[in-house]
Amino acid sequence: MSLISEGANIRGPITAGAGLDLAEPSIASVGDYIALMKPRVMSLVVFTALVGLAVAPGSLHPLTGFTALLCIAVGAGAAGSLNMWYDADIDAVMTRTARRPVPMGRVRPGEALAFGLTLASFAVVVLGLLVNLLAAALLAFTIFFYVVVYTMWLKRSTSQNIVIGGAAGAFPPMIGWAAVTGSLSIEPVLLFMIIFFWTPPHFWALALYRTEDYARAGIPMLPVVAGDASTRRQIMLHTLVLVPLGVAPWPLGFAGALYGVTAVVTGAIMVTLAWQVLREIRPAERASRHLFAFSILYLFLLFATLLAERGWGGLIARLAA
Amino acid sequence: MNEPAKDEGIVLTEAQKRTRRSRSIAIALSLAALVVLFYVMTLVKGPVVLIRPM
Repeated sequence: MSLISEGANIRGPITAGAGLDLAEPSIASVGDYIALMKPRVMSLVVFTALVGLAVAPGSLHPLTGFTALLCIAVGAGAAGSLNMWYDADIDAVMTRTARRPVPMGRVRPGEALAFGLTLASFAVVVLGLLVNLLAAALLAFTIFFYVVVYTMWLKRSTSQNIVIGGAAGAFPPMIGWAAVTGSLSIEPVLLFMIIFFWTPPHFWALALYRTEDYARAGIPMLPVVAGDASTRRQIMLHTLVLVPLGVAPWPLGFAGALYGVTAVVTGAIMVTLAWQVLREIRPAERASRHLFAFSILYLFLLFATLLAERGWGGLIARLAA
Repeated sequence: MNEPAKDEGIVLTEAQKRTRRSRSIAIALSLAALVVLFYVMTLVKGPVVLIRPM
């Protein structure tokens, strides 16, 4: 049985904030525009892109590296702003997102749209002009994928929304790698795969204890349309794929023993937490919260260890060159 | 005879003036940063700045 309320006839942007008089001068502050860029998501994007950039072979001037990261950050901010433009209607009815600038009426939908398109254009053009065209093309595709494929299409139409849409969040290490090498290889694809398979257990753990919120907004998240039990099984399955992928850089010679030990230990904790979510008889809120919180630490530790082990030396060498 | 009332258009409140000023400063700083970035990157790259390998 679907938990989506029948009244949730939600399609497209511009309900929230639409009551504002267009002739009324804007009251948006600089802080509101920064909030539109989803700074917390942006920080994770920059971090994973930094790892891709740092572990890539070859040399890159530090200023070019900074420019690449700046463009990736601005591109992520653009995608966040366009997401808030389109999703203003569902953001307004979800507790977690109701205080965002567009549903609060501090930024008009049109302003968020213009802001996002401007940032996206600048980020892609500057990355193409000052770094290289492959990195710029990947950034443009990432923004397109997040805004059009995920936000406009998948998010409201399928319970697999974050499985496929998760690719958008997995691209930044590839962009970082491409910024250095101007090409792609198995290593950045592996980093992509790790984030790609990390996304579903991470977001489904959140969705398990926010089911009512998603149902009220009419978003067909897996727990809403398939129920808790099916979601817990899917979390377990995806975690069982994720953990070997997390370890893979070690046997493939892409990472050292420190990374291997970190990936094995944190992977074991991920499987244990996913097992606890699976076995929970009552609504799996506590176990889900633990898994959600630890999944962030898991991804951070994997990438931080890789950075410390492989990237740090490369970065220092590049700065010294 | 009374003069017709002047149409003063939209009059901003103090809060609106403040937010507009802060937005204008943020835009100016962003554009200045972009100019500096292009200038410094051109110095760093030299003529190679025109070559953008795939």
